[in-house]
Amino acid sequence: MSMPSVTRATPASRAALFIGLVVLVVLALGPYWAGRADMRLMSEIFLYLALACIWNLMAGYAGLVSVGQQAFVGFGGYMLFALTIFGGLHPVPAIIVGGFLAAALSIPIATLIFRLKGAYFAIGTWVVAEVFRLSFAQIQSLGGGSGSSLPVAIVKEIGAKKATREANSYWLALGAAVIVLLAVYFFLRSRRGLALTAIRDSEVAASGLGIDIWRTKLEVYVIASAFTAIIGGLIFLQKLRISPDAAFSVNDWTAFVIFIVVIGGIGTLEGPIIGTLVFFALRETLADFGTFYLMVLGLVAIVVMLKAPKGLWGLVRDRFDLELFPLSYRVRFPKDEEGS
Amino acid sequence: MIEWVNSIVQGILLGGLYALFAAGLSLIFGVMRLVNIAHGDLIILAAYMGLTTIVMLGVHPFVALLIVIPLMAGFGYVLQRGLLNQTLGDDILPPLLVTFGLSVIIQNALLEIYTADPQKLNGGLIETASIPVGGLAIGILPLVTFAIAIVVIAGLQWVFYATAIGRGFRAVSDNQDIAQLMGLNKAHVYGLAMALALGVVAIAGILLGMRTSFDPSIGAGRLIFGFEAVIIGGLGNLWGTLAGGVILGVAQTIGAKIDPGWQLLAGHIAFLVVLALRPNGLFPRVEH
Repeated sequence: MSMPSVTRATPASRAALFIGLVVLVVLALGPYWAGRADMRLMSEIFLYLALACIWNLMAGYAGLVSVGQQAFVGFGGYMLFALTIFGGLHPVPAIIVGGFLAAALSIPIATLIFRLKGAYFAIGTWVVAEVFRLSFAQIQSLGGGSGSSLPVAIVKEIGAKKATREANSYWLALGAAVIVLLAVYFFLRSRRGLALTAIRDSEVAASGLGIDIWRTKLEVYVIASAFTAIIGGLIFLQKLRISPDAAFSVNDWTAFVIFIVVIGGIGTLEGPIIGTLVFFALRETLADFGTFYLMVLGLVAIVVMLKAPKGLWGLVRDRFDLELFPLSYRVRFPKDEEGS
Repeated sequence: MIEWVNSIVQGILLGGLYALFAAGLSLIFGVMRLVNIAHGDLIILAAYMGLTTIVMLGVHPFVALLIVIPLMAGFGYVLQRGLLNQTLGDDILPPLLVTFGLSVIIQNALLEIYTADPQKLNGGLIETASIPVGGLAIGILPLVTFAIAIVVIAGLQWVFYATAIGRGFRAVSDNQDIAQLMGLNKAHVYGLAMALALGVVAIAGILLGMRTSFDPSIGAGRLIFGFEAVIIGGLGNLWGTLAGGVILGVAQTIGAKIDPGWQLLAGHIAFLVVLALRPNGLFPRVEH
């Protein structure tokens, strides 16, 4: 008699891996087939996808519902400007150093705001973001309240010609999205990811099994802050101009990201991908309607939250038992015993 | 010296307005553990309702309160029973996200109807009148605002501890299931709590509109001030909320005195300092 075996991969996940690789190759060749406007749009999609994956890790797995992620997006953006203009760094290392600085800064912040529970934690993160915005508005050498532009000499370090520059920043955005997606995936598959999934399902039970909840949440918060700052640096490398209001915008860097994750499906890795595609499809269709489009977005998020709290991917998964990123374990019985 | 005293007095009076921002938040958190992200946008909605009332009927903002308070309270009841009751439960995400969505909808609807132009409610003489007290000029409007804040908080305290409705609020707050068994309809009780909270929001919105100009985008800032006042004062303590508002107001006016750019920053820093030293706020409610 053969023994049942435990696997993580499924035929669907193997197919998804294959399709994912094909899509990745096609996207990596983007600069050879896409127009300039398309490349800009796709870069934006990649960066939003990365932000959504990070927020999903925090809120969907660690229970850290932050509405203040714009603090680190803006911080990363400002570090790009400060470290290149005053530190003389090349933009790419400047963005990475910005990530490390954000990680260091997030530890004292966490010790303060982790004292707030649930929804109060959420608003506490928002206060921190406001402190960041008001503080950077005071720094006159970075343009104060009106902001500043990235000097031409620094922009040219990304690529001397306009076409090279656009291709390079496209690849940076794509690379960042892939790294974030893979980092979150492997984090969740690791021992710590298991602890995190246990916390998501029940904090009391997880703590009973010896998981240090505060520490696990702190780790997630620090990692999320670092990655968010790096994505922020890349966002403002695309924009080439920064101001406190744009850098620390709650609508752009948190509200939209939350809507993406909720619409796609919170607490899954597939959700943010679906959500990002739906968000940009809605935006590109309704953008001409201005404020009306934002009202529709708010309404869609409310309806999804009430009628399908697991999001669009939750609907698919419940119906077809699909999992494109193999995270859960499945017990598989040999063929002859199936159905018995 | 007199200038510093002046700053502190102005800050205390400003604290009355912040306490009004905070009282509604504190009330609904106390009754149903709901944190309403749209709270600030509802304050601005009330200010715009006041504007429309004043323009259409040609009345003083204080008279407009007679129309705006019942309208907002009614809206609160319908909002709670029609939408927010469905989000309540152990998971904090649904109420947070639904009120976040609501915030975006209200903000953009106001933008669509009233445009982004700053507006102000014309209070007439009361806006500029002041009484001299020992070298200081104390504005009548801030003084009236502070007095209204005290009356509102005393009123809420009375409703909570001396009326049948208040007994219902405290009962569902302690244990909603047993309260339901005892014959309370918790959906209705929650509706009443939100109606009361938005009644206070209406007062806060009108007073805000008389004090400064407003536009659809400033709601989030008012939410944060209210939230800070609640946390500084201590969750679940209404008089503490007034103290929290005063501390926030004084921190802001002193910050502004040092450097105009520091007004808001000083308020946030005061909040973070309180959070670091006294995580439960300065006057936490004693748990029974």
